[in-house]
Amino acid sequence: MNSLDLLTFARGPALTAALCICVFGILLRLFEIYSLGRKTDLAPGRTDSPGSGWKTVVSRSIPPQGMVQRDPVTYIAGYVFHIGLLFAIFFFAPHIELIRDVLGIGWPALPSPVIDALTVAAILALFVLLAHRLVNPVKKHISTPGDYLAWTLTLLPLLTGYLAYNHLLLEYTLMLALHILSAEALLILLPFTKLFHTISVFISRWYNGDMFGRRGVAS
Amino acid sequence: MAKRQAYPAGTVGEGLTRHGIRRRDFLKFCTTVAASLGLSPAIAATMASAIAAARRQSVIWLSFQECTGCTEAITRSHSPTLEHLIFDLISLDYHHTLQAASAEAAEHAREQAMKDNAGKYLVIVDGSIPMSNPGYSTIAGISNYDMLIATAKDAAAIIAVGTCATSGGLPKANPNPTGAVSVGDVIKNKPIINIPGCPPIPTVMTGVLAHFLTFGKIPELDALGRPKAYYGETIHDRCYRRPFYDQGKFAQSFDDEAARRGWCLFKLGCKGPVTYNACATTKWNDGVSFPIQSGHGCIGCSEANFWDAGGFYKALSMPLSPVQGSLGAAIAAGAAVGVTVTWFNRSKKGAARASHQKMTVDDLKREEK
Repeated sequence: MNSLDLLTFARGPALTAALCICVFGILLRLFEIYSLGRKTDLAPGRTDSPGSGWKTVVSRSIPPQGMVQRDPVTYIAGYVFHIGLLFAIFFFAPHIELIRDVLGIGWPALPSPVIDALTVAAILALFVLLAHRLVNPVKKHISTPGDYLAWTLTLLPLLTGYLAYNHLLLEYTLMLALHILSAEALLILLPFTKLFHTISVFISRWYNGDMFGRRGVAS
Repeated sequence: MAKRQAYPAGTVGEGLTRHGIRRRDFLKFCTTVAASLGLSPAIAATMASAIAAARRQSVIWLSFQECTGCTEAITRSHSPTLEHLIFDLISLDYHHTLQAASAEAAEHAREQAMKDNAGKYLVIVDGSIPMSNPGYSTIAGISNYDMLIATAKDAAAIIAVGTCATSGGLPKANPNPTGAVSVGDVIKNKPIINIPGCPPIPTVMTGVLAHFLTFGKIPELDALGRPKAYYGETIHDRCYRRPFYDQGKFAQSFDDEAARRGWCLFKLGCKGPVTYNACATTKWNDGVSFPIQSGHGCIGCSEANFWDAGGFYKALSMPLSPVQGSLGAAIAAGAAVGVTVTWFNRSKKGAARASHQKMTVDDLKREEK
């Protein structure tokens, strides 16, 4: 098997399988979370707080006052990583072509060097966060193997994408195949690891906001 | 006026003199070849004297399962440029399409060349070798496999020309009805230079020959046996449209405004990023153009198994085949299993609730003994 054969495998059966497992897993977990059910709230809402859930979706995406100063590494590196990753995934021309082919929708791309810079920022932020996780006693204590797995799964597509684009380490075709395969590994494990927050983050924020709203806590 | 150098009969120099080719023109040719191979221009003079003094290299050209496109390329593109002289640099002792002899006389020419130049002749092969049934492709009643084995036995080296010979090409494409294989799959004990392409660039074919004639050895090759001088970089990296890729400027169709402005053809399926060849620098037809310059994306013809690597008009980042059907099935399966799990959880809760026994304060009282 040469590099192009591996790329053909990555773009063919591997991609189909990864997408199917990802979609299957996401649906399964959403049903699972929903079917856990909640006890009927017999108490009347303490305040009339319409839209509390939606407000929390926004408010929890912004750092609470004083928290950036208190834990700058987690907040700043966290934002840099998430924004870099989001742009690298959704605004790189070849990625948009993939989405257009699968979902039939597309949008304009950003220039490749901009994506390249954001990718570097995201990779550096990931390493800063890993170092912080290992150095900070609290973070280290609450870290599980699942956290390190999620970190690796996220790093690999970014790193191989960067190496492929810049023609580093391995020849382009092989690195591109590895990049696609690493993204497929991410897709396959996304529903079954903490990476599921990609899907559940706004659902849980809405739920928390709504629940707190009913109990009289301002969002 | 400088005295013209006299070369012994049968040498390349003698052939050049006979055709009225001046040394200056020949040096120019050698400089071009040296440059295309990435060698110092200073080597041109050495190259010229080495080639001129050499006996014309005996070459046996074998054509198996092929379309003659490689021969078309090497002949047409070189005429009338100086490069057609390569046919005077070599003694082409056997070539179906180009030789005048036919039938037994043709086969005799091959056998004679093999006998006279044992251990020294070059074998050029275009086309793949059918292994399912030797009858799929024969020449003078000899199967391609037998002819390749017999001819390669005393060859100095083999040059596999075209993607069919280097990796099986179109005949090997799924479902490979003839069991086609490449030259490298059959011959294991001879140096093989792969010059893939469908067809390969003529200058690359002649350049590799010139290199062999000059240095008497094969050039530096990559993992697929291709000369690094020509296959060291991707089309994409040398493409004049590359800046548009970097700027995110793409043609959306073959005749839109972006295409007319010469923007990148990535979205139209160009395989330049994963294709190692010299098209973007050497170009075709005496440096006139190459496919991307004429408005069509690269199809990746110099890569092994490129016929099975997805549609020519699908962007490199797209899935090979439609995934919507499979995704629909995955959604249905996910929903079905999810509903089942929900039902199971709910019924478990319901059963727990039903079997719940209420306790009273009396039940909690400790029984006094």
